[in-house]
Amino acid sequence: MSGIDREIVCIVCPTGCRIRVSGADRQQLTVRGNECKRGEEYALKEISDPRRTLITTVRIDHAPLRRLPVRTNREIPKQSIFPCMEVINRVRVEAPVEIGQVIIPNVLGTGADVVATRSMGRGARPGGPAQGGPP
Amino acid sequence: MIDVAIIGAGVVGTLIARELSRFRGEVVLLDRSNDVANGSTKANSGIIHAGYDAEPGTSKAKFNVLGNPLFDVLCDQLDVRFHRIGSLVVAFSDSERETVEQLYHRGIRNGVGDLRIIEREELFSLEPNLDDAALCALYAPRAGIIDPWEIAVAAAENAADNGVEVLLNFPVEDIQHNRGGIGGFRIISRNGQIRARRVINCAGVFADRIHEMVAPPAFSITARKGQYFVLDKTAGQLVNHVIFQCPTQAGKGVLVTRSVHGNLLVGPDALEIEERENLSTTRDRLDFVRRSAGKISKQIPFGEVIRSFSGLRATPNTKDFIIEESEQVRGFIDVAGIESPGLTAAPAIARYIRDLLARMTGGLEERSDFNPRRRRVVRFMDLPEERKNELVRKDPRFGRIICRCESVTEGEIVDSIHRKVGARTLDGVKKRVRPGMGRCQGGFCGPQVLKILARELGRDATEIVKNEIGSYILSGPTKCCQDRDRPVGIGALAEEKAEYHEQV
Amino acid sequence: MNRFDIVVIGGGPAGMAAAVAAREAGAEDILLIERDRELGGILQQCIHNGFGLHRFKEDLTGPEFAERYIRRVEELDIPRKLDTTVLEITEDREVLYINAEEGVRTVSAGAIILAMGCRERSRGAINIPGSRPAGVFTAGTAQRLINIEGYMVGRRIMMLGTGDIGLIMARRLTLEGAKVIAVLARKPYPGGLTRNVVQCLYDYDIPLLLRHTIVEILGKDRVRGVLVAETDENSRPISGSEELYECDTVILSVGLIPENELSLSAGVKLDSHTGGPIVDESRQTSVAGIYACGNVVHVHDLVDYVVEESEIAGKGAAGFVLGSVAVGTEKMRPEDRKGAPVHLLPGEGLKYVVPQRVRGIDGEDSLDLYLRVNRVYGKSSLEVKLGGEIIKRVKRLRMSPGEMERLRLNKGVMEKINGSDLIVEAAEVNG
Repeated sequence: MSGIDREIVCIVCPTGCRIRVSGADRQQLTVRGNECKRGEEYALKEISDPRRTLITTVRIDHAPLRRLPVRTNREIPKQSIFPCMEVINRVRVEAPVEIGQVIIPNVLGTGADVVATRSMGRGARPGGPAQGGPP
Repeated sequence: MIDVAIIGAGVVGTLIARELSRFRGEVVLLDRSNDVANGSTKANSGIIHAGYDAEPGTSKAKFNVLGNPLFDVLCDQLDVRFHRIGSLVVAFSDSERETVEQLYHRGIRNGVGDLRIIEREELFSLEPNLDDAALCALYAPRAGIIDPWEIAVAAAENAADNGVEVLLNFPVEDIQHNRGGIGGFRIISRNGQIRARRVINCAGVFADRIHEMVAPPAFSITARKGQYFVLDKTAGQLVNHVIFQCPTQAGKGVLVTRSVHGNLLVGPDALEIEERENLSTTRDRLDFVRRSAGKISKQIPFGEVIRSFSGLRATPNTKDFIIEESEQVRGFIDVAGIESPGLTAAPAIARYIRDLLARMTGGLEERSDFNPRRRRVVRFMDLPEERKNELVRKDPRFGRIICRCESVTEGEIVDSIHRKVGARTLDGVKKRVRPGMGRCQGGFCGPQVLKILARELGRDATEIVKNEIGSYILSGPTKCCQDRDRPVGIGALAEEKAEYHEQV
Repeated sequence: MNRFDIVVIGGGPAGMAAAVAAREAGAEDILLIERDRELGGILQQCIHNGFGLHRFKEDLTGPEFAERYIRRVEELDIPRKLDTTVLEITEDREVLYINAEEGVRTVSAGAIILAMGCRERSRGAINIPGSRPAGVFTAGTAQRLINIEGYMVGRRIMMLGTGDIGLIMARRLTLEGAKVIAVLARKPYPGGLTRNVVQCLYDYDIPLLLRHTIVEILGKDRVRGVLVAETDENSRPISGSEELYECDTVILSVGLIPENELSLSAGVKLDSHTGGPIVDESRQTSVAGIYACGNVVHVHDLVDYVVEESEIAGKGAAGFVLGSVAVGTEKMRPEDRKGAPVHLLPGEGLKYVVPQRVRGIDGEDSLDLYLRVNRVYGKSSLEVKLGGEIIKRVKRLRMSPGEMERLRLNKGVMEKINGSDLIVEAAEVNG
């Protein structure tokens, strides 16, 4: 297996250490540039299994707004982000929705659910149809 | 066949259309753009000049002096805001004092009333924020300020209410003159053709090109760009009158004035340009405006600039207005080279054209049902509280503020859409009722105005444009595959829209 | 005319937290006024996470954070008017508002809490020359269109500004299928949190061009491209370095400005360093009984600090109304308090300090100062000086203008305040 040599910018605290992770293979990695242990853990995780929270919106019908904000309730592998977006984009939700409601369980087998981050009641879009000019 | 076709719906074309709508006969007002007042009128400083600046004996002088007094009645009829705040041409040196005196005498010769030269003490009592070098000034109390969009839109609306057909997106590409036979003109654009007995050429920076579609060259027009700053209303009290520097060869120079809405306007410069569609602002010319304005006052708070913009003047090679029937092509009337003082002159030009047509046709017959008064515009924040509440009871949309900076209500926006020649674009709403003119520059109200336009016009939000066709604001709904390689506004957007509607 | 103990203007996190704190401190009749159709303010469109890490020890999205306070407002049954715009407030604490049901109404308030938030700096305000086509958006407007209205603003994006809103939107646009061609910063460092630079730009391979800016926008009806130039040490464009980038959209994230038009209408004095009202430690402004909190006072990075500040204002306003501020049952007016307020001033290295005045009215045990430095600092210290003597000093590993600092003055330090002005300064530490 080819060697690893990558620079990671740590996000655990505002310092933003530039951490270099290198080694012949995953078992023999050295970590340099971190000012604390949390940085070392973060950098190793970023190399082996980088994960992110995915946040976006889904289409919602019969609600005052056209879109409902959602999130994954745990981090998903970085490479799943765009495939999950495609799945999420195909969904249409019906109002009413409760905050925390599961919209897509275990999206693409990541172990994370896509959940609503707000409640949205049923109702017409405000403003209504055109009423023409003033009387 | 139409009786009169007017090419160009700027302030000149719209006022002519309105004037002609008093009489029997079919009038059509054409413009290549997606709204009226999209050419030079869009970037006009909005000053109604007193009339001392133009050379005596010129059409500029004549129509300026004839036009100025017409604004009170005109603005009352069209419900357009107009304030006679007066103007000052300020001398900052002894040699400039001579210029001020020359202007004074010129003004007398032109027939301008109420002109006075005032000295330092009186000048600073009127304008405490002037630069200390100010020595004296020509004071013209009859000068005023107006919103140039408002008057053009109002004139177009009133003309349409009185039977004029307004055809937008009608870029004239050719004009054919049928000398023998039926006579008249065939006016051709890619979006249609019309036939008219007479044509009035009010085409601004393109007036020479329109003229040459049907007649041998008689004049040429140069586009002269002018750039401006608009400052927040907090700066509007800096000056109380329209403040001019002494004019030079290049023109009236950079001025400082409050606008009729309470903003401060600084500009314009003047630069001849080749490309008649180039409306870019440039760093170097804006810097020039800033420096030049510093001569008038060092206290202009440029930190309060909310916007800069530019416009093109239609400058004629003859140096004077060209208002006449073509000798070679009867029935074709040029109203060309209407640069400053064109706005002031416009109502007088309209009357002159009316009289000219009367002579040409042997008499115009008045319509008994002509109504010179535009339906009153609601300016909600200016109403007394009881009237405000009455209005909200009748139509709750007046109770919803959409533009926070200028306090414009949904009711006013909806009204501006449904009038004749009403707003159909974001800039159209801005021109008519102000959302987007304030300090947030549409950041807050833009999405809401866009939704109101879509709702009232029965269109999808993605179809609403900022100004011209193709100036799309939204590229489509979210949750749809975007073709990242095809930029917005180019190509077959219609096909893409069909795709979106299926998916959403 | 209706009368309320406290009228809160703005129903975002600041207004809601202030209203809740005021009620919990004993104020009865509270009215919360919000111009949008629902509470939550800007949080409703900030669908990303990172909110509440301090306050709730949870990593919440904006709407989730908002919901916590919306529920509390509902639980406490605090009256609220939505879709209602305040037109004017007076020094006598009258509030003029308008909505579709009632028309124009005036109410009078025992105290007012200003929580109107901030607006974005526009293209016009920073004077980018060029044509004026469609397709130029500020980041917040684009955020509203995408997250709330459900529309994309463009396909090929150039972004100017590296504040957090811009960075977040670069990611959001990319997730929704746009191509963000590059993000530009005039300065040699990004304005937002490193976390956002990594998770919004690096994660998506979006080029970050430091020391670059947009010098012209091109395109007649819709944006066609921009001219990008490098900047010098003063962040001014270097002539001759211009390069053309084709795009159809320009997103600007070039600064936030506290929205104080209403404050001015009541005669509230503003601090030119913050753009917001001058406030004392209870967040009372220069006008008796008018309090302010949140982004309207100074632009925050963390909603957790907004809520902290708003609770101070809510308690302060309740105290004012209930007369329970130090002197028995009488309502204490500023001029009744002992001595003139101490001024808290930003010194070397500081852009501003909030609060700008200390009155010592509540006999607090401690005082939190919120401040921003005016440049990047490495190993450094913050010092509070009283008459030239350092009465408090804290060390910092790193400070930047994009990250608000909080500095606590404890009881021992507070007791030293003797009427002289306090100056807060930053200093590099060597070694």
